[in-house]
Amino acid sequence: MIARILATAIIELHIARRNLWVVIAVGLMVVFSLVLSAVGSAPIGELGADRLSVTVASLTSLSVYLVPLVALLMSFDAVAGEAERGTLPLLLTYPVARWEVLAGKLLAHCAILIIALVAGYGAAAAIAIVNDPAALSGIGALWRLTWTSSLLGATFLGIGYALSSLARRTSGAAGLAIGLWLGSVVLYDLALLAAVVADNGGSFTKNVFPAALLANPADAFRLFNLTASQAGGVAAGIGGAAGTIPQWQSLMSILLWPVFALWLASAAFRKVEP
Amino acid sequence: MTSTLTISNLTKDFGGVKALSEVSMHVAPGERVALLGHNGAGKSTMMKVILGLVAADSGEISVCGAAPGDADARSKVAYLPENAMFHSALTGLEQISYYMRLRGEDSVGAMALLDKVGLGAAAKRRIGTYSKGMRQRVGLAQALIGHPRLLVLDEPTSGLDPVSRRDFYELLDALAAEGAAILLSSHALTEVEARTDRLLILSRGRMVAEGSLAELRRDAALPVAMHITAINGYDADILAAIPNAIRVNDAVHVTCSQDEKLATLAQVAAMKGKIADIEVIPPSLEDIYSHFSRRDGQ
Repeated sequence: MIARILATAIIELHIARRNLWVVIAVGLMVVFSLVLSAVGSAPIGELGADRLSVTVASLTSLSVYLVPLVALLMSFDAVAGEAERGTLPLLLTYPVARWEVLAGKLLAHCAILIIALVAGYGAAAAIAIVNDPAALSGIGALWRLTWTSSLLGATFLGIGYALSSLARRTSGAAGLAIGLWLGSVVLYDLALLAAVVADNGGSFTKNVFPAALLANPADAFRLFNLTASQAGGVAAGIGGAAGTIPQWQSLMSILLWPVFALWLASAAFRKVEP
Repeated sequence: MTSTLTISNLTKDFGGVKALSEVSMHVAPGERVALLGHNGAGKSTMMKVILGLVAADSGEISVCGAAPGDADARSKVAYLPENAMFHSALTGLEQISYYMRLRGEDSVGAMALLDKVGLGAAAKRRIGTYSKGMRQRVGLAQALIGHPRLLVLDEPTSGLDPVSRRDFYELLDALAAEGAAILLSSHALTEVEARTDRLLILSRGRMVAEGSLAELRRDAALPVAMHITAINGYDADILAAIPNAIRVNDAVHVTCSQDEKLATLAQVAAMKGKIADIEVIPPSLEDIYSHFSRRDGQ
């Protein structure tokens, strides 16, 4: 079992390396992190937080958009691409379980994502620490951001595999992935904010809103990092609006989502008839 | 000896269209069986059912004693799809190493396997740069991994040149000699004629004929043709002596049923002083194939 998962992961790494996915993912993370850390260095002093914690708060806002995007871009092709190329029927006649195929792909894609995260966050953190040695006290926040980003990535990788299995064609899968990304990280928050404003402190804001935030993996990720780093003040919008949600709840959401997404992916993949 | 593959009363519908109806067949260890049929006759569907890629609507199928698609069955069955496709970014060596690991084999043997199918020199090039024939050989190499007990080969020689085809059938013969059961589909009838033990003919999802070539030839009872070349000036005598003879260009053509073959030959032999040469042409596999396919209304 382990050997088959590893074999699949190795082959996926070969493919990702040749398709320049590793370079693209690392490049995206590094460039955006550096831009953000340059822009985000302005508000120091007024907040009293160390420079790295402020950088982490900025990186959190970036990662909410970028990590799901990179994860979906890497995963939308996983099943639909194999089906369209015609490589899927042969693979499925091998003595390998379908979930093992997905686990191998996940392992490879997670590894690439983690490399990109470490490179991007590392570059931003290095700049913060060079400019202000006291920023080292924010290293805990950076570590927290890194592992929660990895879990967020795993969640969207799993969702991407599920979409890829449902769509059967890469064009359809790409459309679904973009739609899901827009919906979950952009429109979802806008809709919630609009509802909160319209509700004006009523029962929706008190009861439904916190649950709705926890139900979205991207929002749970942002909540957890911002409430944990006490730098929530730098972040506008949803993060500031939901300071009342206990941290263990957002942590549970972050931990459970990858498991659920992978279950979803293997359920969808099992239904694929090549 | 128990069969490696047994199918009884297999039926498969695709949205109301019968892809396979009431198909029964078996393949014994060491047996090479050819599956023939028009495009759309149900050959590929039947192979996909055997492999567990497509579920049957009804019927019983046993693959190496297990249900099709079962982990146990998959570990004993090798498949070569029609137009084998691989990821173009991978090299032949990487692809075969991967398949070997999935089968629990040591991937150090990958290079030897590629050498065996004549891809040794191209092993470290990307499959994207391969020709169709080379991709087909990668497909063949993966089908040889381990010791499959059943090989399901969908038009394995399409895209191969004549020399590669001969090499391919030699590899198959060696596998069959080790006890592997082989089921292959093909359009190249003359090829399977010499290289397989038994033929199955599918037409519109039905099994219309089954048996060795000699058995099918006897069942079809197609006429035998004789082409007689007369010694100058004697062709009129031959035409007069054999009632159903006709003149075609400079030769005399005679067709008779299988039963009349010896009697007709005796008539011809009686005129041996007037005949320069005679060729006896049995019905070809193409004729037999058309006969059985057409009988079903095609």
